[in-house]
Amino acid sequence: MSAVAFTGTSVMDIDAAKIRGAGSNVHFDKVSVAYGAHVVLHPLTLDIAPGEILAMIGPSGSGKTTALRAVAGFVRPASGRIRIGATDVTDLPPYERGLGMVVQNYALFPHMRVEDNVAFGLRAQGADKALIAERVKDALGTVGMATFARRYPRELSGGQQQRVAIARALAVRPRVLLLDEPLSALDAQIRRNMVEEIARLHRSLPGLTILYVTHDQTEALTLADKIAIMRDGRVCSHGPTTELYRRPPNRFTAEFLGRANLLPVTIAEPVGSKGLATARHGDSVLTGAGRDEKAGDKSLLCIRPQHLSLTADAEHTNRIVGTLRDVHWQGELTHLVLDVDGTPVRVSATKLPIALPEPGARVPLFFAPTDTSLLPEDSGV
Amino acid sequence: MLVWSRPGRIVLWVLFALIFGVLFLAPLAVILLSSLADQWNGVLPNGLTTEHYTDVIRGAAWNSVKASLITGFLASALALVSGTWAALSLRLQGHALKRLLGLLFFIPSAVPSVSVGLGLLVAFSHPPLLLNGTIAIVMIAHFVLISAFTFGNVSAGLARLSPDFEQVASSLGARPAYRLWHVTLPLLAPYLVAAFGLSFALSMGELGATVMVYPPGWVTLPVSIFSLTDRGDIFAGAALTMILVAATLVLLLGLERITKRATGA
Ligand SMILES: Nc1ncnc2c1ncn2[C@@H]1O[C@H](COP(=O)(O)OP(=O)(O)OP(=O)(O)O)[C@@H](O)[C@H]1O
Ligand SMILES: [Mg+2]
Repeated sequence: MSAVAFTGTSVMDIDAAKIRGAGSNVHFDKVSVAYGAHVVLHPLTLDIAPGEILAMIGPSGSGKTTALRAVAGFVRPASGRIRIGATDVTDLPPYERGLGMVVQNYALFPHMRVEDNVAFGLRAQGADKALIAERVKDALGTVGMATFARRYPRELSGGQQQRVAIARALAVRPRVLLLDEPLSALDAQIRRNMVEEIARLHRSLPGLTILYVTHDQTEALTLADKIAIMRDGRVCSHGPTTELYRRPPNRFTAEFLGRANLLPVTIAEPVGSKGLATARHGDSVLTGAGRDEKAGDKSLLCIRPQHLSLTADAEHTNRIVGTLRDVHWQGELTHLVLDVDGTPVRVSATKLPIALPEPGARVPLFFAPTDTSLLPEDSGV
Repeated sequence: MLVWSRPGRIVLWVLFALIFGVLFLAPLAVILLSSLADQWNGVLPNGLTTEHYTDVIRGAAWNSVKASLITGFLASALALVSGTWAALSLRLQGHALKRLLGLLFFIPSAVPSVSVGLGLLVAFSHPPLLLNGTIAIVMIAHFVLISAFTFGNVSAGLARLSPDFEQVASSLGARPAYRLWHVTLPLLAPYLVAAFGLSFALSMGELGATVMVYPPGWVTLPVSIFSLTDRGDIFAGAALTMILVAATLVLLLGLERITKRATGA
């Protein structure tokens, strides 16, 4: 997991270690969902390994919530099966699926105190009192809300309500935790902290399988072991987080995950011994990480904005020239927008030359071959 | 406040006081005064007395209060249960069916209550459904007339309830009955109490249908009032009306306190 390290151990970690849900995998087997004639999820096959965090991201309306709700049992698939562990849950009602779910607005029961909210699932399942008391204490401890047990939800801040919602889901020791945009109602600062806390939570509950739906790519990149990118009801790419980021398989993935620059090129020489191919963009000869491109193929060279530099050095051997269009200063980062032969190219720089070029100036850009990847031109799925 | 200027606000308040005073307070004040009037020939009563109250209390007032309260309570409770049930089950139905049934529920309110009473009288006058002259037919009449309001109130509450609550409850393992009892109904509580209060108040004041069907020995307050005034005993009728108003007010205030405690507001 590529999570930001959360320093400072707490007593909570020790408590959390006790709540160790036996992880199960979640398997979508050609699951499709339609509302009337309107297909919102095309046959989807996807596996989430036990203990894995899968982030499902994609633009609004791409079917993320629908996929999650199909697992939870609130949307009936038109076809296909859903398995959790060894159980085929497709025909099971939601209350027999053994899941934990956290929704965007938390949906804490307003008429119950925090402790009763957290105890809800166990009470509903008829667990005995002593066990409930112990689990409630554990779950509230895990999310650092033990001292708020007697409060009502309306007496809590958004971030605190969020933690209680997670504790409520954890208290039943779910096989799978479903999170649907759990942080989108929080402001940026708290959101960053909560992402770190969820990462920490997962480290203390390594067996817990998590399906995390979001349209925030930072949350996905920080938390997820794997990412599935949805588009128009289809998974358009799926893979380990770092790999998907480094070697996006198609244009949509490259642009959605980290807003990559895509420069049209023609392959000159296929991949050699170092995994690098040579390609031509206008007069520039560029090298980039390739796959199985053949000489003469049209291709796209993917370069991240932060990998482009205004100064040359030993590693940044690729060079392109563009016309500076815009400069946006954002404190720690400065964003430049250039026009490279009709392709807009974004540069994010932390360090800039003292004499910043004026808009309209011709500016050379340098980048390292290993920071790039080639993807097929026709893959704009 | 939509009106900011000071004179503007004063004008608004005066207007409000006039409308409220003329339409709501004046009739009540007249009834209150008549209930206490010794004789009333001029603009104001000639003298005040509590005689009418002692008269009606010595007479059938107590029985009428009892009949009205029991009828109101039972009919409202029944309407609450069935209205809630109907609202809950209609929520699961398709759109068209929901609309149709929702409309059907409101038909009794559009028909004059006398006709509802007449209809019941005819419908239940033959064995095996021979209910004429029983208390049950009074209950049924009230139930028919007020159930639309409970249904409407509860439906409105349900429509405002985010499905998230119930879905989260299900995902945590709550079966439908447990979920209904511990999540849906408590969240609906304010609407249920409001519905109950409204039906109770409607039932307390119901006359048209009751007059058609009431058996001897089950004379509700409005029926008593009607027959007193019909006989020309205006002052006694007024006294009984004040008793009706007081009983209803006490009841509604009590319900309001219950809601406040239940919702912690
Ligand atoms: N109950 C419904 N009836 C009809 N169409 C629906 C229903 N629920 C969702 N849809 C449609 O299904 C599609 C996918 O919706 P979904 O909620 O899964 O999107 P999403 O990826 O979660 O989007 P967002 O990021 O905005 O939450 C949308 O086009 C939406 O309009
Ligand atoms: Mg969604």
